[in-house]
Amino acid sequence: MQDPSERSTAEPLEFREVTKRYPGSAEPAVDGLSLEVPAGEICVLVGPSGCGKTTAMRMVNRMIDITSGDILLGGRSVRERKPEELRRHIGYVIQQVGLFPHRTVGENVATVPGLLGWDKARIAARVDELLDLVGLDPHVMRDRYPAQLSGGQRQRIGVARALAVDPPVMLMDEPFGAIDPINRERLQNEFLRLQAELRKTIVFVTHDIDEAIKMGDRIAVMQVGGRLAQYAPPAELLMAPASEFVEDFVGADRALKRLALQRVRDIDLWSVATCRVGEPTAAVRERLTEADLDIPLLVDDRQRPVGWLSDRALLGERAREELRSRADPIVELDDILRDALSDLLASESLYGPVVDADGRTVGVLSIQVISHAIGSAPAEVPGATELAASEAAAHAEAGAEAEAQAAAEADDE
Amino acid sequence: MSLTPVIAQGGGFVRDRTGESSCVSENGFCPDWIWDNLDRYVTPTWEHLYLTVISVGLGFAIAVALGLLAHRRRWLVGPITWVTSVLYTIPSPAAFLLLLPLTGRGNVTAIVALTAYTQVIIFRNVVNGLANVPADAVDAATGMGMAPTQRLFRVEVPLAMPEILAGLRIAAATTVGLAAFAFLAGAGGLGKQIAAQITFRSNVVVAGGLATLMAAGLDLLVLGFQRAVTPWQRAAS
Repeated sequence: MQDPSERSTAEPLEFREVTKRYPGSAEPAVDGLSLEVPAGEICVLVGPSGCGKTTAMRMVNRMIDITSGDILLGGRSVRERKPEELRRHIGYVIQQVGLFPHRTVGENVATVPGLLGWDKARIAARVDELLDLVGLDPHVMRDRYPAQLSGGQRQRIGVARALAVDPPVMLMDEPFGAIDPINRERLQNEFLRLQAELRKTIVFVTHDIDEAIKMGDRIAVMQVGGRLAQYAPPAELLMAPASEFVEDFVGADRALKRLALQRVRDIDLWSVATCRVGEPTAAVRERLTEADLDIPLLVDDRQRPVGWLSDRALLGERAREELRSRADPIVELDDILRDALSDLLASESLYGPVVDADGRTVGVLSIQVISHAIGSAPAEVPGATELAASEAAAHAEAGAEAEAQAAAEADDE
Repeated sequence: MSLTPVIAQGGGFVRDRTGESSCVSENGFCPDWIWDNLDRYVTPTWEHLYLTVISVGLGFAIAVALGLLAHRRRWLVGPITWVTSVLYTIPSPAAFLLLLPLTGRGNVTAIVALTAYTQVIIFRNVVNGLANVPADAVDAATGMGMAPTQRLFRVEVPLAMPEILAGLRIAAATTVGLAAFAFLAGAGGLGKQIAAQITFRSNVVVAGGLATLMAAGLDLLVLGFQRAVTPWQRAAS
């Protein structure tokens, strides 16, 4: 329904030496904050309570006045715009959602279009479009009241309402904070999919570093006193925390957290010798010498993994179906590395076959491959993480052979 | 035997008892007499209703205005609550009599006093109702670009409506009761009818019953209005 010409593009956002001082308090709430958010990216403000992250966010739409410095939206100072007019063009999502209980879902979503004086037909069409966008059936939902919705549905309506006039910028204050962990994960994923399509410039506030790593294109870690401790993409933040504060804040498991940022397809997998039942064993042996793993993988006629062959399987002329173990777990190329590692650990395996979207075997993921991936940073960084990284790399190389051997022995038992 | 109360001299009527049944002469509850004399109650009932509706309507308008003002200027809540509470504590017969020298006998005096009595109830419910509006709804309204007045009338007042109308219901019922003393100010009403023959059971029952019915009717009216304007309240899953 929407005319493409009126679809606004995302705008860059810039904090320029922004300070907020409340009268009567010695410490500023936000202290000289400078950062740039490129158009279409999610900037997560994260930090402990009292670090000024929400204050910083609320200065963007002038819910809180700036004491000194400036915030530029699309190159234009927010200070020279009328607060109401400015806010109508900035999406606003808060933790408690703030749906109006006395208005239906449709009326809630229509709030800002109504304020901007859109005509009825255009509003109605836009409401249905938005409900569709957030995965709710307009015919079922439109006339319900917020009290008749689940927490997750309310949150989706909150997002739809914020997107109503397709604002170039969105502010989200702990938007998934009040949702239970299972639904939070789902809503986060949904929102990331939505964002991949909409490409809004988003300021996202959270106190949860894991959420920050998951949602952020860039993360601004703030510390008490309203100072910016570090502003970096998630991987860089985890690889090279700029200070002890950041290092503590991202947590001792930051190497593990980095696994959440990579997918199996992003790393170099081991090659594997595949083998079908009845194949000449000589050919399989030939392939085994070239493979990274010295255990052949039995596959079916569509290259789907079946299991790891035992030594006896290749004793004859033709390969027989004698397994030392099932192919478990089977990892997919699109799996997040952290989840893949978890699968390996759960099934007490040191390696597992990797399949593509059609289920065909493309390689092997092993614990060694993963630890090597942790060690080789996407960005070359010296400093705090160097030790951990080089340790992991050394371990991966030196220990690979011994461990593969040990694994084979373990599997034999 | 003179049953005529002193206050009845203010314009009440004295029942002529000649030729009445023994029930009536014994001041009993006499359905026949009630049926024959219902027309006596029409005018007092209308007067009573008039006093109540005007006073509650006026009181509602003033108290809501004061409540909205105090919502924006919080420091006013204390003083206004104090003044209206003091007004409320004045015994109503005293209020009617005290106002006589200022406003004279008649409806004006009655309405001024009755209106004053509604203030504390409605004002407090308006202020509390607005204060109890969920903070997140107010924050969202502001964050989406509603101007303060838009926010007040589109979000805050509608959400405070159940509490405001609850105040209105109490005020209406209270005013029906207090208006029974309005005859002291010379404004008539069912109270005048009761006082005129306070020992005649039939009279007291009918006049009192009409006042009770009126209170119940007004209550239902406001309740119906409340249900009509707050459909969302019944939508809880």
